[in-house]
Amino acid sequence: MNLSRRELLTLFLGAPFAFAACRDTSAKRLPEGEIIGQSAALGHTLREGRTFEVPQANWEAKKIVIVGAGIAGLSAAWRLKGKGFEDVAVIELEKEPGGTSRSGEGKPVSYPWGAHYLPVPFAENADLVALLDEMSLLEPRGPSGEIHAKEQFLCREPEERVFYKGRWYEGLYLNAGASAVDKRQFDAFYAEVNKWINFRDAKGRRAFILPVALCSDDAEVTALDKLTFADWLTQNGFDSERLRWYCDYACRDDYGLKLEETSAWAGLFYFCSRVKKSGDESQPFITVPEGNGQFVNHFVGQVGDTIRKNWMAVSIEPKEKGVEVTCLVDGELRGIRAEKVIFAGPMFTAPYAIRGFREAPPFAAEEFQHNAWFVANIHLADRPKTRFATDFPLAWDNVLYESPSLGYVTATHQKGIDYGPTILTYYYPMCAEANARTTLFNYDRDQIAEVCLSDLERAHRDIRELTTRLDVMRWGHAMISPRANFIWSGVRQKASQPYRNIYFAHTDLGGVALFEEAFYHGLRAADSVLA
Amino acid sequence: MKRAPLLFLNVFVIAICGLIYELLAGTLSSYVLGDSVTQFSIIIGTYLFAMGVGSYLSRFVDKNLANRFVEVELAVAVVGGFSAPVLFLTFANLSYFAVVLYGIVFIIGMLVGLEIPLLMRILKDELDFKELVSRVLAFDYIGALVASLLFPIFFVPRLGLNRTSLFFGMLNAAIAIWGTWLLEPLLKKHITLLRVKGAVIMILLAIAFIKADRLTTLAEDSLYVDNIIYSKSSHYQRIIVTKGKTGYALFLNGNLQFSSFDEYRYHEALVHPAFSTFRGEPKRVLVLGGGDGLALREIEKYKSVEYIQLVDLDPDMTNISNAVPALGELNHHSFQDSRVHVTNADAFVWLDSVDAEPFDVVIIDFPDPNNFALGKLYTTRFYNLLKKKIRPDSAVVVQTTSPLMARMSFWCIAATLEAAGYNVKPYYTTVPSFGVWGYALASLSPFDAPSNVREGIETKFINAGMMPSMFEFPKDTERPNEPIEVNRLDNQALVRYYEGEWRRFEP
Repeated sequence: MNLSRRELLTLFLGAPFAFAACRDTSAKRLPEGEIIGQSAALGHTLREGRTFEVPQANWEAKKIVIVGAGIAGLSAAWRLKGKGFEDVAVIELEKEPGGTSRSGEGKPVSYPWGAHYLPVPFAENADLVALLDEMSLLEPRGPSGEIHAKEQFLCREPEERVFYKGRWYEGLYLNAGASAVDKRQFDAFYAEVNKWINFRDAKGRRAFILPVALCSDDAEVTALDKLTFADWLTQNGFDSERLRWYCDYACRDDYGLKLEETSAWAGLFYFCSRVKKSGDESQPFITVPEGNGQFVNHFVGQVGDTIRKNWMAVSIEPKEKGVEVTCLVDGELRGIRAEKVIFAGPMFTAPYAIRGFREAPPFAAEEFQHNAWFVANIHLADRPKTRFATDFPLAWDNVLYESPSLGYVTATHQKGIDYGPTILTYYYPMCAEANARTTLFNYDRDQIAEVCLSDLERAHRDIRELTTRLDVMRWGHAMISPRANFIWSGVRQKASQPYRNIYFAHTDLGGVALFEEAFYHGLRAADSVLA
Repeated sequence: MKRAPLLFLNVFVIAICGLIYELLAGTLSSYVLGDSVTQFSIIIGTYLFAMGVGSYLSRFVDKNLANRFVEVELAVAVVGGFSAPVLFLTFANLSYFAVVLYGIVFIIGMLVGLEIPLLMRILKDELDFKELVSRVLAFDYIGALVASLLFPIFFVPRLGLNRTSLFFGMLNAAIAIWGTWLLEPLLKKHITLLRVKGAVIMILLAIAFIKADRLTTLAEDSLYVDNIIYSKSSHYQRIIVTKGKTGYALFLNGNLQFSSFDEYRYHEALVHPAFSTFRGEPKRVLVLGGGDGLALREIEKYKSVEYIQLVDLDPDMTNISNAVPALGELNHHSFQDSRVHVTNADAFVWLDSVDAEPFDVVIIDFPDPNNFALGKLYTTRFYNLLKKKIRPDSAVVVQTTSPLMARMSFWCIAATLEAAGYNVKPYYTTVPSFGVWGYALASLSPFDAPSNVREGIETKFINAGMMPSMFEFPKDTERPNEPIEVNRLDNQALVRYYEGEWRRFEP
């Protein structure tokens, strides 16, 4: 066949369009990004149990040293400053304070690296209400004295949606396709929850309230801690798959544990502790783009001058009078002689850091177990495309039913920024993986990025093209695990007692990883120190 | 095989296609350029003249008649088939639309004009002249009748202009390919090449037919009563402009925003009561939403106004007067007024993050709250943010959907403004293409309902007699006795009211 140039041109005109129409755009490509914190290697030097000689010139004196600038340590420092107590040093291993409430700054908004909301406290939690007032998060009190957060800080609707078999649905509980049995069990479950919300013991205490220290220790309630939430559901005849998924999600979300691992007490605590009275809605959430980073930032604004970042307390040695705290700072040893120490690190580290602890343990530190998580912040150039007109729109919390992850939170949601670039914070508790912590630290950034993207890709086919950056935080010891037989085993109560001049303050002492617990124990320790 | 009868079928289809292209061009041009008598007249004239030119030019074709005939048919398939999509895209993007339009009409006319003489010459050896002329012309005119009946009744309503055009292009190409077999003994050479060309053209037209969703979806073409003359999926929404007997209409995500037939009722009622409420000389005006520029047209009537800040999310909306000149005429080129300053931003984010001197009058003209992203623009938070941009005596007006169709939604917006600390006077009027439509007039200071348009302001609708009556609600639209939830960011009560109420009217 003889084709002239003109004929050839006519033949191929439009060919690029035809090819573009069938081009495969799913070629895999990973966006840039890095692993942020945590100083696992640095932290693990503690395990070596070395002895440390501080040069004479490197010693200084402080009335109080707080070890750990997470929420508990910062709350303690904030309380001490509030009481006019200035001679304080807060020692922080990481380069940024905040612990699991840390946040990052970005465009168009900041984003959380961990905890990202706080339910509005009951009026009875006066200390926490005072903090929120100080931060101007609350409306002026009306005649009823009820606590209302300002509108712009209350989680904006739509709050949650769930992805199931290719579609997005409103809410967290999967209503779509629920059978009559599912519905009956869901109602029966909430009837049970309401029973516990209304429970009052002989002393008038609630079964479940924040902080945990105010909860009833009545045997009827604490008996719940002896079985798992899964067993409790089974015993009560709850076998609806979607109800069990809902409860499992709650456990993974709040505790990083599976339904089969979580104490039934902790499971019910999740559903009961933030509801004023039966039939009420759960307390609304206070949230901002940076999540609980807003509390960290506030504390830093108040007590920032006392915080020493990149200071690792390698030895805390109680003496006849006071405590000697030895720190590793830029490869150099520095010492602080303190009258009292508030130990605001996770409890399992106490035997490594505190001299003499192992020889005569004041409490069984190994009972405080933590799980591993990773959190990824996924920077998007634009919003993922909606696939079906009936899909429920992008919400604050976006959950995938068939995923080991917890889904993602949209950082721009609270600011009303509904178009253009955004940041998704993706949470993954490693509760299904064997040797989770080792697995997590053996994974590099690319492998973790691939996990996030392939998970999210099921719901958002365009996620890879949209992602401009993906950073990862590996939390080796993210949250205290309220397994069965932990919360009411008595170890928390023992650990809440001072050990010589060392006072413990951490959310671990509440048995659940919550801002309210960390705050409560921070304040309690500060008050004990001053007493 | 006797090919003459089959070739008459050919004539028949060619005639249909030719007339369809002519009708398409006439329809598109009358939609876009207006004045259908003039447009159809010029299109038909141009087309017939071009056919004459084509017939004349046929005398210069001497050799390979059958080859030329098939090639001409393929050319008609390409130019005619792609004519509507090309015109559609040209219209949205080029200022010299008319040149392209008449060019295409001329080319199609000329090619169609070439076809019949060529075919007659091909058939001249098989039939006597009397028979030939009678049959060819008869089929030609029957084809024209079929086309003119099917076009308005079937094709445009079902397929839309773009798909109709592409469909007939494919029909044309199919006829040409079929012709390579019918005329095989007469085709001198390059039969394979002709068939390959035909196949390529067919495939391109088919791809375009499938991809026509990029222009308008099949659903849209059957959804809109009138014809779509402009469609664009902007970053934020689907913008569609239609043109029908009563004029132009703008739709965002399928929801009617205005119809040129009665929009003046809506926009006069939106703008003038607020200006009458403000006591002093209004100098600074804030418009939130209103990217169609029609509220601007009313605002610009006030000579005392020195500065108009318009905040609309979508640059494709605020530029639509350029993209669709008819809309520019409708809003009296309101964006060209030097007092107007346009910012493309989400009004919620703009209020939250941009400082501005206080405004005297604020016109809030958002689409109805049918999703959460719009719902936030009607919350106490939004109205509280707005307080930082106004004075105590500033006048604010909000479009508040229909008090009849969505009574709770309407009063929810009023209640929300009250909860945010505003004095509120809701009112309504009738806009036939919308129905009974509502607004809320608000100010931080107490005020009386206005009774007339300001002195010297020309209106087509509002006068002193009717303005006070706009504030008197009949029983079926007055404030319900049941408690109304205030719309807040954390409950989005309005979106839920709105969905529930408007769902009743969905088919």
